[in-house]
Amino acid sequence: MNKKITKIFIPRETAAMSMGSDELAEKIALFSESKNISIEIVRNGSWGMSWLEPLIEVDTSDGRVAYGPVSIDDIESLFESNFLEGSDHALCQGKTQNIPYLKSQQRWTFRKCGLIDPTCIHSYIENDGYLGLKKSIANQKNIINQIDISGLRGRGGAGFPTGIKWKTVENAEADQKFIACNADEGDSGTFSDRILMESDPFALIEGMTIAGIAVGANRGYIYLRSEYPHAYNILLNAVETAKKHNWLGENIQDSEFDFNIDIHVGGGSYVCGEETAMLESLEGKAGTIRYKPPLPAIEGLFGKPTIVNNVVTLASVPDIMAFGGDAYAEHGVNRSKGTLAFQLSGNVKQGGLVELAFGVTLREIIDKWGGGTASGKPVYAVQVGGPLGAYFPESLLDTPLDYEAFSEKKGMVGHGGIVIFDDSVDMAAQARFAMEFCSIESCGKCTPCRIGSTRGMEVIDNITNNLDREKNLELLDDLCETMIDGSLCAMGGLTPFPVKSALKYFPEDFKINNEN
Amino acid sequence: MKKKYNEKTAIDIIDKVGARPEMLVQILHAFIKKFSYIDEQAIRLIAKKINLSRAEIHGVVSFYHDFRTEPTGEKVIKICQAEACQSMGSRELTKYAEKILDVNMHQTSKDMKLTLEPVYCLGNCALSPAIMIDEKVYGKVNEEKLNDLVENL
Repeated sequence: MNKKITKIFIPRETAAMSMGSDELAEKIALFSESKNISIEIVRNGSWGMSWLEPLIEVDTSDGRVAYGPVSIDDIESLFESNFLEGSDHALCQGKTQNIPYLKSQQRWTFRKCGLIDPTCIHSYIENDGYLGLKKSIANQKNIINQIDISGLRGRGGAGFPTGIKWKTVENAEADQKFIACNADEGDSGTFSDRILMESDPFALIEGMTIAGIAVGANRGYIYLRSEYPHAYNILLNAVETAKKHNWLGENIQDSEFDFNIDIHVGGGSYVCGEETAMLESLEGKAGTIRYKPPLPAIEGLFGKPTIVNNVVTLASVPDIMAFGGDAYAEHGVNRSKGTLAFQLSGNVKQGGLVELAFGVTLREIIDKWGGGTASGKPVYAVQVGGPLGAYFPESLLDTPLDYEAFSEKKGMVGHGGIVIFDDSVDMAAQARFAMEFCSIESCGKCTPCRIGSTRGMEVIDNITNNLDREKNLELLDDLCETMIDGSLCAMGGLTPFPVKSALKYFPEDFKINNEN
Repeated sequence: MKKKYNEKTAIDIIDKVGARPEMLVQILHAFIKKFSYIDEQAIRLIAKKINLSRAEIHGVVSFYHDFRTEPTGEKVIKICQAEACQSMGSRELTKYAEKILDVNMHQTSKDMKLTLEPVYCLGNCALSPAIMIDEKVYGKVNEEKLNDLVENL
């Protein structure tokens, strides 16, 4: 009789790897070999429960049972306690699907992350992958209609309606059109693009292919930031695999449609996350931004009509096509339809990815999923939407996470990053950093951003050093208005928001040097 | 060990990536991977191969943080300086790293063993503070963990 071979899932995803999952996989293989125990190690992606990484799972007759965070020192005791049968252990989290953090989410775009082996196209297809593309090939005219019905808006931060953008490219007449995926996820506190690409890369590839078919583009580019070398390897493998199985290339699945994808790596420049700077960079140039209009949908990459969409936007498309725009639009509130993958990070006990319908409040997400701060101190400030997003004080935590509710409070949901700070933070230093970051990353094309950011640092220094305090506070306000109104893109135009919110909600922090 | 710049390897790299202007950023990345920096001679060669001016190549090289013009040490250590990592003490960690490594940010040690650089987000924000050594990311790095990593370089 054959010995039973138990499957063990050990994530190969940057967060898990940063906590030693590669070494763990190696040691578990060696240990089981030395004990003559038959196991099969599957390197899956991540469920996004980063605080439990490395979170390993055992495939039992009763479903997958999770253990985490596992270190090399735990291997022996796990085997001793018979974890291959899903037995109890100090690190046992129970059945993966029943972990409250995951169970209480509304997984849509990220439903396959953690579940499947991201290098295996068969496990992708077994889990309804490529169903959306099949339907798109069968009824090309219906694609943009379904995207419209879904209410999907750009998940990169700007929240522009995806259907309108696609329609514009569809209607533009040109001999060549492009799909450009913006995978330059530079905002601090965001990692949903990375988790998606590393855990379910075929979803992005399928989404781009559907976009290509919808608007008549046969070439796509993924513009990936250089800080994500692992995502690069996973994507490269997935593109090659998709080609081999005719899900990319000529006459996809014997249809009339062709689509190919190239991956370009960025140069470590934050501003290249701005769509026109990204297009310049894709053309091999310095990533300075372009004037708009013309919109990229009319004149984009190499002057041709181009869909520029974020990773999560494009990866949401396959299931919208597979299960219908209506199914997606059932989630969410008001004009914020569907789900957003929020990312909890910074000083938080349970950091990770939380995909939820819009409308949940900031407080709910920090308390229920985050479990409070890592330091155990009260939450003092929360920055939502990356380095260009406002800092919210405790009193604004009941704001619901939807695009419009946040802009009412001069905040930004953006790409869904939530960075938590306890009271050890110096908000004057954070305001200064916002200006400093802008001065480092400004592309230099427009004056308010290029020079305003440097002047901003100086003025904040003067305020905290109590030099002409009142005059400089007025000057800072004036400078912020100039940057907001006069900058060409969001880099200079939004940098004042973290600065102004820090001043407004945490004025006492700007007096520290005064007292010393 | 990173290789010293030589023209034959450089030509091979350009031809492999594609000697076209739109491949410039990708060509420069391949050079960084091979040589760790962009040599002045490389700028001349690339300009000739893809038919752009040296000024144009220089403009691209100097725009991007990734394209250094000096060789790095054998290992490159990047410490995240962005907000999520700040909230978990990356500023203090950076000072500590500068002290134990005896090298400041943006600098390479005299023995050419390592280079210390800032990075603005590694996408490992849930496990802050994060650092990267060459292409490997480490999470929840405190002084003790940094000591261990440095010892095993």
